[in-house]
Amino acid sequence: MAVEALGSQTKAKVPPWNDPVIRGWVFQIVVVALVGLLAWFLVSNTIENLQRQKIASGFHYLEREAGFEIGDTMIQYSPASTYARAIFVGLLNTLKVAVLGIFMATVLGTMIGVGRLSPNWLLAKICEAYVEMFRNVPLLLWLFLIYKLISEAFPGPRQAINVLNSFFLSNRGLYFPVPLADPAYEWMGIAFLVGIVATVFVARWAKKRQDATGLPFPTIKAGLGLIVGLPILVWLACGAPHHMSWPELKGFNFDGGMVIQPEFTALLVGLVLYTSAFVAEIVRSGILALHKGQSEAAMAIGLSRGQVMRLVLLPQALRIIVPPMTSQYLNITKNSSLAIAIGYPDLVASVNVTINQTGQAIENILIIMAAYLSVSLSISAFMNWYNKRIALRER
Amino acid sequence: MKRRLFAAAIGAAALVASGSALAGKDLDAIKARGAVICGVPTGIAGFAAADSQGKWIGLDVDVCRAVSAAIFGDSEKVKYVPLTSQQRFTALQSGEVDLLSNNTTVTLQRDTALGLDFTAITYYDGQGFMVPKKLGLKSAKELNGATVCVAPGTTTELNLADYFRANKMTFKPVVIEKVDEIRAAFYSGRCDVYTTDVSSLAATRVANTPAPLTPDDFMILPEIISKEPLGPMVRHGDNQLTDIIRWTQYAMLEAEEYGITSKNVDEMLKSENPTIKRILGVTPGMGKALGVDEKWVYTIVKQVGNYGESFDRHVGSGSLLKIDRGVNKLWTQGGLQYAPPIR
Repeated sequence: MAVEALGSQTKAKVPPWNDPVIRGWVFQIVVVALVGLLAWFLVSNTIENLQRQKIASGFHYLEREAGFEIGDTMIQYSPASTYARAIFVGLLNTLKVAVLGIFMATVLGTMIGVGRLSPNWLLAKICEAYVEMFRNVPLLLWLFLIYKLISEAFPGPRQAINVLNSFFLSNRGLYFPVPLADPAYEWMGIAFLVGIVATVFVARWAKKRQDATGLPFPTIKAGLGLIVGLPILVWLACGAPHHMSWPELKGFNFDGGMVIQPEFTALLVGLVLYTSAFVAEIVRSGILALHKGQSEAAMAIGLSRGQVMRLVLLPQALRIIVPPMTSQYLNITKNSSLAIAIGYPDLVASVNVTINQTGQAIENILIIMAAYLSVSLSISAFMNWYNKRIALRER
Repeated sequence: MKRRLFAAAIGAAALVASGSALAGKDLDAIKARGAVICGVPTGIAGFAAADSQGKWIGLDVDVCRAVSAAIFGDSEKVKYVPLTSQQRFTALQSGEVDLLSNNTTVTLQRDTALGLDFTAITYYDGQGFMVPKKLGLKSAKELNGATVCVAPGTTTELNLADYFRANKMTFKPVVIEKVDEIRAAFYSGRCDVYTTDVSSLAATRVANTPAPLTPDDFMILPEIISKEPLGPMVRHGDNQLTDIIRWTQYAMLEAEEYGITSKNVDEMLKSENPTIKRILGVTPGMGKALGVDEKWVYTIVKQVGNYGESFDRHVGSGSLLKIDRGVNKLWTQGGLQYAPPIR
């Protein structure tokens, strides 16, 4: 109250150009106006230049026939499809490599990070060497190296390495048999989801029981039984369909079955190896940041080394680990655009070809930016939600 | 009154400014800079590649040199910017380079929607397929199911898809931006087929086959699946520069047609033939009309050579590639190379 009175007193005395409040407003308005002016200048200048040079603009080209083929597609695509679909195929390929990469880098990175803290000297040193090797060489070089290794080291399709007459490894990728489409597989998928949901409920119940009675419940075994067992039961109930599509050498290449292509493998392996080194350091720092008393107390009540890590240290370390982990996940997603160097048809590759065929760079760059922005923001939003969930709740 | 005068002066100034913008802003920039900035391929033997001393040589490079000779009277005032097929149009549109001499196919889309202009056709090419001989193929019609290495963002990529669709065949593309990486993928066996313009295939086969493989282990299939007329490109907006580049190419063809070579050009100055006198600027007028020195053709032929000399030196009989002149012969010898008269 007193401060306010003092404020209004001085306000009455100073002229408006010396009033900090008015000044603040003026400066802010000026800055906003300048930024707006700059944006207007850039946009209008670009539009004017495009019109002057008669460069086509607008998004109509998305409906036109793309005319180019894509080597690795998750959905139906042919050169007769539209540019929009070609870009979507690329986006799906980016998401595929990003999701798998995030999952695998987290698992591998956690193992390496924990391994570095192991009292076993050899294991700790191997993990340290791994981290230093992979995080100190640019990712692009790893990608080139891995891609070269795959295409140079493996034989051609006619001399493919044959495992049990069903897996064929060559420089065209890994071919393996897959079951022919059957309605039973859809039901198995549903059973799989049911298994996951059931496992969540079992885990909650088990925790409640342990809190109340102190009796542990083999949650992991029960969950595995539910997630794996239910689909198998459904498969048996549907009459156990077992017709497979087998890879077969036909003309130039294998036909049938499924293939994991070398470009995809090289990109995924490169991303996982590189990023897991960073993840390992984050995990290690998270664990080291905990007070030594935590592990000593846990050991004092007779937990094994594994239990100390799993039940006491990791849950607490997670609070420190999650925020920097988010940036590593974003890095994987964005680094996947290095795909272009080794020919994996990701979002950037699709859009680049589209730019070249249509000449509409600005529209296409906007599409690429919007796509990466929404993917990255989704990852951030999820990680922030997760971070809030595991945050220390003070009671 | 004073104010009206002022307004008129501003109007006049604006008119002058816009007038000069149409007449040659890019040419003025080139002259002020003292060098032509030329976008060339990142490395295609015979067309544009750096030699052991780091000097750019090739058929595409000679276009840049001839333009420099016409503008400056010196064929060496060129800055070369190697551009991939994906970078090249943006680089030209944004003014990073003055012209593209980049093995670029003339198409309607590129001539219009990209805001660019083609000048003249320097090389009539067509797309083909290179395969290892050990596959025992005779025809591109046998390529069903093949894995094909191809550069992105080119007409090649579209022709490839069109050809396989038209013949009801399927293929798997491996698309890598850098030419070196595509070739490496092909030679390592990642692909069965490498496709691009036949001239580049011939160049790759001779110059880039890695040991222990030899060029004889590979062959180019007989099918030519597309028309690929290659030529230099410029931005819209400077018609004078476009004219100079177009007539530089015509001058090299005219010189060949009238038997003017880098060796005999000095004697040819004494020729009584009125056409030769006009071409070499002995009878003045042509240089002035184009806005360059009257000796422009003399300088081009003296320093770069006529079209036939340039062809033989880089891709023809005088080179490693030994590409047959074929349709690139002069029209007088049954080919397609035909220049409008310099008069």
